[in-house]
Amino acid sequence: MLNILTYPDPRLKNVSVSVTEFDEKLQAFLMDLEETMRAGPGGVGIAAPQVGRLERIAIVDVSSKPKISHHGRLVMINPEITDWDGFEMGREGCMSVPDYTGNVIRATKIRLVAQDKQGVSHEYSMEGYEARAVQHEIDHLDGLLFIDRLVSRRHDLFQRKVYESKKGT
Amino acid sequence: MHHWFMVTLVGQDQIGIVSKITTALYQGGCNLGEASMLRLGGNFTIMMMVDIPTGGKDALNHLLQPVAKELQLHLHLDAIEGLLHHHQVPNVRVSVHGADRAGMVAQVTSVLANAGLNILALESDVGGNANHPFYLMHIEGIATAGILALEEALRSLFASQPDLKVTLEPIETVVM
Ligand SMILES: [Zn+2]
Repeated sequence: MLNILTYPDPRLKNVSVSVTEFDEKLQAFLMDLEETMRAGPGGVGIAAPQVGRLERIAIVDVSSKPKISHHGRLVMINPEITDWDGFEMGREGCMSVPDYTGNVIRATKIRLVAQDKQGVSHEYSMEGYEARAVQHEIDHLDGLLFIDRLVSRRHDLFQRKVYESKKGT
Repeated sequence: MHHWFMVTLVGQDQIGIVSKITTALYQGGCNLGEASMLRLGGNFTIMMMVDIPTGGKDALNHLLQPVAKELQLHLHLDAIEGLLHHHQVPNVRVSVHGADRAGMVAQVTSVLANAGLNILALESDVGGNANHPFYLMHIEGIATAGILALEEALRSLFASQPDLKVTLEPIETVVM
């Protein structure tokens, strides 16, 4: 189990560097990072800078959430979002920002290029919950937290999935 | 030792209210907690948690009264339990709008309360013009009896109030 840095720790504001060595040390770190993610309150994502390692590494796994499309456990090394489509507001929390959740606008669909733990490049298309998690984690690699992107309830114009009561039913 | 108070200040809006109030508190050694500061119908309103280490209510009153007087604000102090770091996370958002009329907020919130909604935040506004005002309300809360119960309740409300526009949206919080 690795120790999670919490805001306002200045290390969370750093831009992480690319990974160049896909060696055994990296594999060991990935196992520790995943274990730490699974022990967390949400357990769906983690980025290396959250444990003080300023490298472009993140893991997302939203498979525990029913009825959504996802890629299972996704180890992302040197990830880059290459395409964005649509936007929607959703509520986020973060292991590095305890006792606070807030509304953030994210792209609905993204296209992503990332290396796996062996260094092989893959391209992914994703949407919704998984896309939100990935955007949140990549922000960590750029020294950004969701509290840097909050939008106010009062200006909530971006409703998604509206369950509207039908007239007369 | 913490001594928390809920400080309420209301008065005609003008520039500098927040800075003058919070400067007086800072200079008096107070700490601020959670707060809501908002202009409502030309009035500026402050509800703010303030922690004063020594002197209690009299000391806090002594700090704030001169500033409140200068700014012509009504000041009210209540000793409270200052429960920080215990945020509750809403799981549902309800938005309502319709032609303004008496009883709308009461009807909607009664229906929701009976179906188990615990309101964490409610913001409402009157828009339109004096002849044709409309009322708009955003609620975030916890559906203690489930979201289906709220949907059912709103459906029956709709049968009697077909011109109200009500949307109910689950809030999923992704914690990463
Ligand atoms: Zn995070």
